[in-house]
Amino acid sequence: MTGNRNPGADARAQHGLWRASFWLIMRRVVQLSFFLLFASGPWLVIWIAKGTLASSMTLGVLPLTDPLIVAQSLAARHVPETLALIGAAIVLGAYLLIGGRVYCSWVCPINPVTDLAAWLRRRLDIGKGWVMKKQTRYWVLGAVLAASAITGTIAFELVNPITTLYRNLLFGLSWGLSLVAMIFLFDLFVARDGWCGHICPVGTFYGLINTHGLLRVSARGRARCDDCMDCYGVCPEMHVISPALKGKDDQSPIISSRDCTACGRCIDVCPERVFAFTHRFDERVDLQAPPAENELQNVA
Amino acid sequence: MAISSSKNGGGFDPKRRRALKEIAASCVGAVAITTFLAGLGSLSRPLPAATLRPPGALGEREFQSACVRCGLCVRDCPYKTLRLAEAGDGPAIGTPYFLAREVPCEMCDDIPCVKACPTGALDHALVDIDKARMGQAILTGRETCLNMQGLRCDVCYRVCPLIDKAITLQVTHNARTSRHAIFEPVVHADACTGCGKCEKACVLDETAIRVVPLALARGAHDIHYRRGWIEKNKAGKELVPGIVDLPDRMPAPPTLSTIPKVPQ
Ligand code: SF4
Ligand code: SF4
Ligand code: SF4
Ligand code: SF4
Ligand code: SF4
Repeated sequence: MTGNRNPGADARAQHGLWRASFWLIMRRVVQLSFFLLFASGPWLVIWIAKGTLASSMTLGVLPLTDPLIVAQSLAARHVPETLALIGAAIVLGAYLLIGGRVYCSWVCPINPVTDLAAWLRRRLDIGKGWVMKKQTRYWVLGAVLAASAITGTIAFELVNPITTLYRNLLFGLSWGLSLVAMIFLFDLFVARDGWCGHICPVGTFYGLINTHGLLRVSARGRARCDDCMDCYGVCPEMHVISPALKGKDDQSPIISSRDCTACGRCIDVCPERVFAFTHRFDERVDLQAPPAENELQNVA
Repeated sequence: MAISSSKNGGGFDPKRRRALKEIAASCVGAVAITTFLAGLGSLSRPLPAATLRPPGALGEREFQSACVRCGLCVRDCPYKTLRLAEAGDGPAIGTPYFLAREVPCEMCDDIPCVKACPTGALDHALVDIDKARMGQAILTGRETCLNMQGLRCDVCYRVCPLIDKAITLQVTHNARTSRHAIFEPVVHADACTGCGKCEKACVLDETAIRVVPLALARGAHDIHYRRGWIEKNKAGKELVPGIVDLPDRMPAPPTLSTIPKVPQ
């Protein structure tokens, strides 16, 4: 089966490049800004955030720590200092409020890498590749915690591409780049959305706290959907769309799956402008489809 | 199928069988990942001799369970002593260490590296830098050290922040000239912080004094070995009263083969 090699082309044609790429651009800007908050120190000697995504101190007042790393440390039977615990609590609280996997689409530096691999994969028409089980990621997360407990180390930090990439760029090391290249090649040639969609324990962890977050995408214009499938083509977690998009009238238009990363690509590429960012409790649906040409044709 | 499926409704339902198979496969996968990570973890455990941890670092084993490799200690070290390990440097990837011969620890009074550490991998209980034990200096080049040859270099002794406590000069007879003295630099484990200033300062191209991690540097008394003079002090009396004290034996005259050759 040949997939859609260029989802978003219709949206670009109808709504222009800007509106068809708006959230993508916003995400890249935000991702880059997070990185620059860290990089301004070593590069320009303007210290804003010190450390890495593993643990950081911003402007000397705001400690932030990756909660999964703290969990591994606890599994390894070390109780961190209060500073790390406070940092982890702040991060945990923030993502519980906004939605855990917002981290994936808006902060994580690996996201541009796997996005690029997915784009190239579509372009080269490589297909789905190895389809991993959807529970694989939970086993990986379990394995990471088990390895920490057994070895008494923070096990995933030995291979974590996210913190490694930050550390390498900020401290001038090089080992992490091969990890990133491996993930890119894996996603490109082996499995579609393989790393972020099926393996990464960080994403899985944030998925677990992605159940009550406020920031959500709604398929509020689902009545207009003409089944072009472009949203499925770009979504890194495509199973999340159907319940909202194909829901009956009494079903919520909110994409509520914890796997949704709130990347907003579906909003961008939909020529019918079906999707929109909103909050979790916004159940509104656009009652009527605008008088689209095909309907007029049907009548005629 | 119908026959083999048991009456209580369980048994060989193909759906259930597939689910069980999947769970089994996932278990195998999870165990494989655990083993892989565990293997990597143990690979990175021993700390090579030239690399030292920052002040207050927990023991190497606990350190691995605590350090999140954030580099905040590196950032707050005003002397750029600390760095994060690259693959192949020796210490676990991304963990902080220093090489004394390149940049030693200046033993800051306020210990900013420890204060910056969010996890306690650098123990916040360390408030007096003189109590730090990053390693221990050892005069590894006893035969190359200038002082050991009867000269007065003394550099390592002079630079020590704990001069006359961590390092002293021990005077012995210079057998070569038979007129002078040898001022041997002697490091005292009870005071040496392992800052590495002596190693850094040694004037020789190849340093004669090196700081090595404590686990390598330190011996320990065997607990079964009782030193008579200490036991006697503790007990406050002879342990075995009335023991016959034999006359001390003088060293025997050297045989030909053990007479040291004096270089001309
Ligand atoms: S799944 Fe993992 S690597 Fe991918 S974006 Fe999320 S945190 Fe980053
Ligand atoms: S005590 Fe001072 S010089 Fe030594 S490692 Fe810490 S910050 Fe650096
Ligand atoms: S500040 Fe602490 S946790 Fe961070 S790298 Fe240094 S020792 Fe490790
Ligand atoms: S390492 Fe050397 S300079 Fe530092 S305290 Fe020990 S003997 Fe002194
Ligand atoms: S600095 Fe080197 S050569 Fe000089 S006394 Fe110390 S160990 Fe010996």
